Amino acid sequence: MIRLTDVTKTFAGPRPRTVLDRLSLDVPRGQLAAILGESGAGKSTLLNVIAGLETADTGTVVVGNVDLAGLDDDARTAFRRAHVGFVFQAFHVLPYLSVGDNVALPLRLAGRRDRAAAERVDTMLAAVGLADRAASMPRELSGGELQRIAIARALVHRPQVVLADEPTGNLDPDSAHAVITLLRNCLHAEGATGILVTHSHAAAARADRVLTLTRDGLVETTLP
Amino acid sequence: MSPKGRPKGEHRSAQHEGSPVSAASSPAAATAVLHAVVGGALAHQRGRLVLSMLAIALGVALGFAVAVINETAIGEFTGGIKSMAGIADFEVRGPRGGFPEALFADLAHDPDIAIASPVVEVDARIAGRDDALRVYGVDAFRAAAVTPALVGGATDALDLLRPGIVFISPAAAAWLAQDRADTLVVQAGMRDFPLAIAGFVQGDTGQRYAVMDVAAAQDLFGRGGTLSRVDLRLRPGADAAAVRARIAQALPPGIAISTPQDSASTASRMSRAYRVNLNVLALVALFTGGLLVFSTQALSIVRRRPHFALLRTLGLPRGRLVALLAAEGALVGIAGSIVGLAVGYGLAAAVLRFFGADLGAGYFRGTAPQVAFDPSSAFVFAALGTGVAVLGSFLPAREAARAAPAAALKAGDEQQAFARLASPLAGLALIAAGAVATLAPPIAGLPLFGYGAIALLLVGTLLLLPRIAALALARLPTPHSFPAALALDQLRGAPGQARVSLATIVASVSLMVSMAIMVASFRQSLDDWLVRILPADVYVRAGPAGDSAFFAVGDQRALAAVEGIARIAFLRAQTVLLAADKPRVALLARDLPGDDPGGALPLVGDPAPRRAGDPPPVWVSEAAVDLYGLAPGDTVALPLGGELHRFVVAGVWRDYARQQGALVIDRATYIALTGDAGATDAALWLAPGITVDALRSRIDAAFPDSARLSLTTSGEIRTLSLRVFDRTFAVTYGLLVAAVVIGLVGLSSSFGALVLARRREFGMLRHLGMTRRQVAAMLATEGLAISGIGLVTGLLLGFAMSLILIHVVNRQSFHWGMALQVPWTSLAVLGVVLLGLAMATTVASARQATGGDVIRAVKDDW
Repeated sequence: MIRLTDVTKTFAGPRPRTVLDRLSLDVPRGQLAAILGESGAGKSTLLNVIAGLETADTGTVVVGNVDLAGLDDDARTAFRRAHVGFVFQAFHVLPYLSVGDNVALPLRLAGRRDRAAAERVDTMLAAVGLADRAASMPRELSGGELQRIAIARALVHRPQVVLADEPTGNLDPDSAHAVITLLRNCLHAEGATGILVTHSHAAAARADRVLTLTRDGLVETTLP
Repeated sequence: MSPKGRPKGEHRSAQHEGSPVSAASSPAAATAVLHAVVGGALAHQRGRLVLSMLAIALGVALGFAVAVINETAIGEFTGGIKSMAGIADFEVRGPRGGFPEALFADLAHDPDIAIASPVVEVDARIAGRDDALRVYGVDAFRAAAVTPALVGGATDALDLLRPGIVFISPAAAAWLAQDRADTLVVQAGMRDFPLAIAGFVQGDTGQRYAVMDVAAAQDLFGRGGTLSRVDLRLRPGADAAAVRARIAQALPPGIAISTPQDSASTASRMSRAYRVNLNVLALVALFTGGLLVFSTQALSIVRRRPHFALLRTLGLPRGRLVALLAAEGALVGIAGSIVGLAVGYGLAAAVLRFFGADLGAGYFRGTAPQVAFDPSSAFVFAALGTGVAVLGSFLPAREAARAAPAAALKAGDEQQAFARLASPLAGLALIAAGAVATLAPPIAGLPLFGYGAIALLLVGTLLLLPRIAALALARLPTPHSFPAALALDQLRGAPGQARVSLATIVASVSLMVSMAIMVASFRQSLDDWLVRILPADVYVRAGPAGDSAFFAVGDQRALAAVEGIARIAFLRAQTVLLAADKPRVALLARDLPGDDPGGALPLVGDPAPRRAGDPPPVWVSEAAVDLYGLAPGDTVALPLGGELHRFVVAGVWRDYARQQGALVIDRATYIALTGDAGATDAALWLAPGITVDALRSRIDAAFPDSARLSLTTSGEIRTLSLRVFDRTFAVTYGLLVAAVVIGLVGLSSSFGALVLARRREFGMLRHLGMTRRQVAAMLATEGLAISGIGLVTGLLLGFAMSLILIHVVNRQSFHWGMALQVPWTSLAVLGVVLLGLAMATTVASARQATGGDVIRAVKDDW
């Protein structure tokens, strides 16, 4: 589960800008929550705070049973490596690694190169429908397929949390629908908690719960 | 209606509606595009562009400085010779020791010759100095009509004829810090003679010399009955070519007729190889500067690939994009060239002032050069600098323009530019052409094919680098550490990505290694040669400079009689003219051991077997072999004492002292053929228990005037020679260090740009849980792998290039053979230092890559 309590984040500069102001959020384990909001509302900052990539100025951020505020950068990095998966808008699949090796990245980062790890990679590739593309190079794949690799990579190490930042932003509607459905199904299958940041109401509608980030905080939203 | 005729607004509208190509081709659109492409680069990559500009500036500065120095020196030298030659049509020259003056009478009575002017030339050692001043003995009345620069400006005409009176040139006066009414003391034989300076010579040729009456000079310097040359002025209407041919036929052996221009050209040729080598080194610096521009531009263009794709999508033609990027390079090149020309001129002025025109190599003694600005040279180097910069931009620009715009718009497409491996055929063909070029002979005495071979080998290898990297990386074991393994995966997946970094390392390392091996081989060979050529304990010269001092027979007996000398051998150094179109060859008449005369020389190869009835033996230097095509067993006719005498080439010896060739014959034979029993040098072997200082004291006692004797131990000569060697090569080292610094800056620049271009990748990896240290370790591994591959490739290439330098370039330039000597320790230190610098560069780049907002880089689509 993810629990944020009174989180504030201000970016320093000539004109300091408060992006998150006493924000609270509670996402139970296994739920996929979609967050809508205007550009600049702070959606990506919210994801970065949950991932421990940025620290909150005030408030608490608890992911699983860990309070991220008590961790230094190395510890937050280790936490992220073990417990967080990411899906990006621009896929960020390494072009010099094969599809299989891209999916295996989090496992290799954790020092796992055993047979079980290889089997887990195969399982995830099968789960995203790319079982026969393990040896392919990313340049041979379409955008939708690349995002499926990203989903497999995000879940391969069985994280507690998956954070997806505009995962359908670069995809056509059909591919976007397929990818978001796949993400939700995989999350449910793995029992992971998910946060989906998106501008797309269609994508958000596939989530278990939808919130909108406004100046007043997160507001529960019901989509038509 | 043509666009020109449309109202402004309508024209703008037409642009929007027109074809993309025509829109981008209009002047307003072109300016906007130029602003977008070049202006953006100038604004955002100022530091890198300044670095590129400085690299070009350094290359142009070094090249232009060397050119200015060379042109100044040669201009002064040949201009001085021509001025001094006056209006002479021809000059008749022979051995340095002179030829019988009876020849002058024959020439003077020739019906086609209006005036014949006899000249005696002696390089007279100045008392109290280790320098010599050239003294011309002339018949003032004849010289006045042919070579006025050799006539004194006397207030009393009889001074022109009086013995003991000299006139000096203004350059000599400045050099000697002497004026009229002073006394010039010169050494002749073993004695000092004061000469009264009666005034300056007529005119100012910029040369250092003195003139006196010819008969007085003959008497003073023991040249009675001989002349060094005769200057000839033809009668009006005489057929110059026919007269020249007729006189040449009639001249005795070893004496030739030539024009003063020929003499100037021959003198200039003596230093040409040295000058060309310096120019080539300067061009090497310019080449590495071009590599830096290439590295900077290649990576800058890769970073801007999506920008260019956008411009292409909006209608910018491919050719225009390439032209704009080449213009960007041209701006860098022009700025660098302007700075380089200014710095080069200043550098040349400073070098000429503090080191002389020949950078200490000894080719232009006797000139006092004033730095000259040659616009044509400036234009050539500015064009070279700009051309190199344009070429450095053109190649990556062409690649960027060829990319499919739609694909290149996507983030990460730059990886595609590196994933492809070009065909190895071009690289292999260039290397093969380079190998063939090493077999070609010199052109006009210059190793042009040798230089070409090095360039072909270098460029061919640079083209093959992605292949070499791919092969090497495929053979490296995958490490257990994840960052290291990922680094190797990255390099294996995009071997072209390291191409630019590799190119800068390989170029720098190979150039430095090749020169290091060549210089080490040369230095070791020189050291070995000195040990071999200096077997005695002490060497005594009649005078430390010039050819006016010599040991007469009585002096030789007195020296041999000094107590404490176990053995003594004399040498007579002389020069002879073997071909009219070549400089004189040194003739060394030595006291050689009777049982094994050739054993005293550092022979190269097998000596020719002696046969009964053979003429006397002569041992020829490698330069004489190259220049005159001599070989052991050949018979050669040497002009001695005005006659040709046959000698058989008994062997080839190594001589690093004279690049115009040297011949060694037995001194007894020389005396028998010429009657010249004088000697210029003596080699002394100490008796047991005698020290050098003790011997010096005894010689001082035996020779009251022994202060002018130059007494040196073999060790001192060796040390001095190696010091001169090191000083001569200091310029080489300087130019090489410049090249290497440029190369390392290129490495730093290219690697830094690579890392910046991959910030999205590092951002993603940081998201996935890689620590900063792991990212840094990954980059350090990449740096280590690239540097290691570059270092090994550079070492191998450098070794191959050193073989060409040793066996082709040096041999054809200077006719010096040498044994290969690899300076393992220096190369190991070089390797460690380079790897260390590469690691430092990558760590610095990694810090830059993982700092700041790298995490946000995942949001960048461009």
